Amino acid sequence: MSTAKTQLACKPADYKSDIKPIWCPGCGDYHVLMSFTRAFAELGLPPEQIVVVSGIGCSSRIPAYTNCYGFHGVHGRSLAVGAGLKVTRPDLTVVVASGDGDGYSIGGNHFLHACRRNVDMTYVVMDNHIYGMTKGQPSPTTEPEFDTALSPGGTGLRPFHPLVIALASGANFIARCFSGEPNETASVLVEAIRHPGFSFVEILSPCVTFRPDEKNWKNLVHPAPVVATDDPAKAARRIMTDDGFNIGILYRGDRKPYAPETGQALVELSELEKEFEL
Amino acid sequence: MPNAQNLSVAFVGSGGAGALTAGSLLLEAAGAAGWQGLLIRTVGPQIRGGEAAAVVRLADHPVESLPDHLDLLIGIDWLNAQRFGAEIEVGPHSLVIGDPRGGEPPKGIAAFGAPIVAIPMKDMAKAIPDGRPNMIALGIAGKLLGLGEPAFLALFEKWFADKGQAAIDASRASLKAGYEAARDLDLGRPIVPPKAGSTQKKWLVSGNEAAALGAIRGGIRFAAAYPITPATEILEWLAPNLAKVGGALLQAEDELAAINMIIGASYGGTPALTATSGPGLSLMIEALGLATAAEIPIVVIDVMRGGPSTGIPTKSEQADLNIAVYGCHGDAPHLVLAPQSVGDCLFTTQWATYLAETLQTPAIVLSDQFVGQNHAIIERPAEIAFLGQRSRAAEAAGEYKRYALAANGVSPMAIPGIRGAQYTADGLTHTERGIPTSGAADHQIQLDKRRDKLERFNYGDHWASIEGTGNLAVIAWGSVTGAVREAIARAAEDGIEVSLIAPRLLSPARPEQFAAALRGKKRALIVEQSHGAQFHRYLRAHYDLPAAVRVLNRPGPLPIKPGEIHRAIKDWRL
Repeated sequence: MSTAKTQLACKPADYKSDIKPIWCPGCGDYHVLMSFTRAFAELGLPPEQIVVVSGIGCSSRIPAYTNCYGFHGVHGRSLAVGAGLKVTRPDLTVVVASGDGDGYSIGGNHFLHACRRNVDMTYVVMDNHIYGMTKGQPSPTTEPEFDTALSPGGTGLRPFHPLVIALASGANFIARCFSGEPNETASVLVEAIRHPGFSFVEILSPCVTFRPDEKNWKNLVHPAPVVATDDPAKAARRIMTDDGFNIGILYRGDRKPYAPETGQALVELSELEKEFEL
Repeated sequence: MPNAQNLSVAFVGSGGAGALTAGSLLLEAAGAAGWQGLLIRTVGPQIRGGEAAAVVRLADHPVESLPDHLDLLIGIDWLNAQRFGAEIEVGPHSLVIGDPRGGEPPKGIAAFGAPIVAIPMKDMAKAIPDGRPNMIALGIAGKLLGLGEPAFLALFEKWFADKGQAAIDASRASLKAGYEAARDLDLGRPIVPPKAGSTQKKWLVSGNEAAALGAIRGGIRFAAAYPITPATEILEWLAPNLAKVGGALLQAEDELAAINMIIGASYGGTPALTATSGPGLSLMIEALGLATAAEIPIVVIDVMRGGPSTGIPTKSEQADLNIAVYGCHGDAPHLVLAPQSVGDCLFTTQWATYLAETLQTPAIVLSDQFVGQNHAIIERPAEIAFLGQRSRAAEAAGEYKRYALAANGVSPMAIPGIRGAQYTADGLTHTERGIPTSGAADHQIQLDKRRDKLERFNYGDHWASIEGTGNLAVIAWGSVTGAVREAIARAAEDGIEVSLIAPRLLSPARPEQFAAALRGKKRALIVEQSHGAQFHRYLRAHYDLPAAVRVLNRPGPLPIKPGEIHRAIKDWRL
């Protein structure tokens, strides 16, 4: 019976669906999925109380691979879907999943405003510095000299710095993770979900197909040498001066989440027309 | 000669001169005296420094269209009035009043040969502490229409309460000066005040407000939107009123976010709406296809304005029909509805909410600037029972199929929190379980399902207004319907019988019902405010028309007036 199953739902496997992921062998996103299910199990949340929302891209396939409610929408708009859902259903746990193209390029404007709006949800971006689903075009986080068919000789453009932008725009929790460390990532996700307001977790998740060089990320990442700060100035210095492979929770703010009161009618419906009466 | 029971007054001034305030006060005072009426505001896109005109049309019956000519035109000043051009029409019987120091009157007024009566409103206002020329103009109009001063004095208390007693006193003194200045003037015919007799409550409401109320009555409890002219009043009314009924409005960063926010809310079980105009609808189209494919009910009100592109933000046009019906990529059937008057904005939006929830699909409500922003005095609309109630899935122990086939095409929807029915809503072609697929059979099955649920539903009589018996049918939609009704009434006075067919439901098409409505009709006159005759083409695509068809179509911003339609009917004698 589902009731019994839910009561015992504290094993990661209970949060995994029976759908086989269509990611390339070796893709970092498999480990992100593992981190999701471990985090949900540790939180002990019933799967039907969690909604995983996404846009378009390899990473955005993740909702259907969980046993939670899922939403796989259009490209770049997942944060808007998440905000509408969470504001009207504050009882749910909302996790929005995205990639560097979905989140930082086509969805860039929503990223700024989601940080600023500070709705209580968790935003996970699986960043592989490339468009994988469309076979290897540069994303906003691709290095300027990286050569692709669409950008021969590289874009020459300075990469987007998502953590700095999140901090400047008002995100309430900022962390960087590496997909190859699923236990550590799961622990960060647990804290991100528990933290009130908008939590942003950037997960470095290698694309072994179009960025085989990223297999070396496992040698570059290192734990952040400091504890999380609640001082935005300190966090800004830390984020702007680190090497991009500094793993851990980097900022934990205390802004009040945006949560309009809903659900309680204060007047009868028939009251509303009174202002029109002559 | 205009009918004494049908009076039209216009106040014209440069932006900020208070023409719209004068018009609003006149309409409200006339409403208190028993008149029904319509306030048509026409402004340039600038808040100040542009031009503004308020046309108030009063009658002893519902008023749904512009007058052909004005009985009274008061130029508070003429500084930018020439920009209205053909929008403000005077005739030989019109009384025109102007301030001799208010600049040159527009050429069109002299051409009609109406004499201009000089009243120095600006100088008179200077003699009154804080005096306002627009309140003097209001007094002139009040006197000429036979309205009593006390009706206005009570309104000043209400309108200017937050401006303090000095402002109220200044308005009173200005109004009195206007009454005094008009003492020896008249409109050249008796004014018959409407009979007090109707016990039906009267409302003073704009189409945008009526639509917003209809949405809440239909069950909407969440809205997200980006401000845009001429739809913003819907949002500004919803923001406080949704909060009163336990809902919320979110101001989104753009229209892309707005529609995705309401899709998120509706996925979570809360009936949700956005309101916009053409440029915003263009941005929303991709997500509209998502809501269609994932079968998530939403309501999108498009208050149409002149297009394409930025177009004419403050003026009306009926040129978003194509994008509303055909805008989505792929085969994406959804609901498109159009209100036919200020009051009908309430019914149509409430019905649209009910239909969207029942059929689990997006509904676009094609309102426009004319019905959206104009204020009308109407009899209180009858309450209707339409309340959106979507079919919800129960707790499931086994495998839940979100898109299971059903005879009526509507499958129960699981809402997050319901145990055992977890699924992923998806814009990808999917199986009955909701799992992505690129298989031909599943694609066909789900396309059929989404088409059939709309086409098999019984929409009842609300799908169209079908009136009259003549074998000439005028076919119209949306806000021009009011002008058509008036033209048909005038034709009846000439002894010409003409019938009306005005679909309120534009998508899905209703071929059987339309054929029934056309039975016995030999000629069709199609009336629409679109340069490309979008409605005519739409009718040709979906329906069989009689052999004899004429089309009266014109783009905005000039409204199609009853007189033009009446002429088109009279000119088409057999």
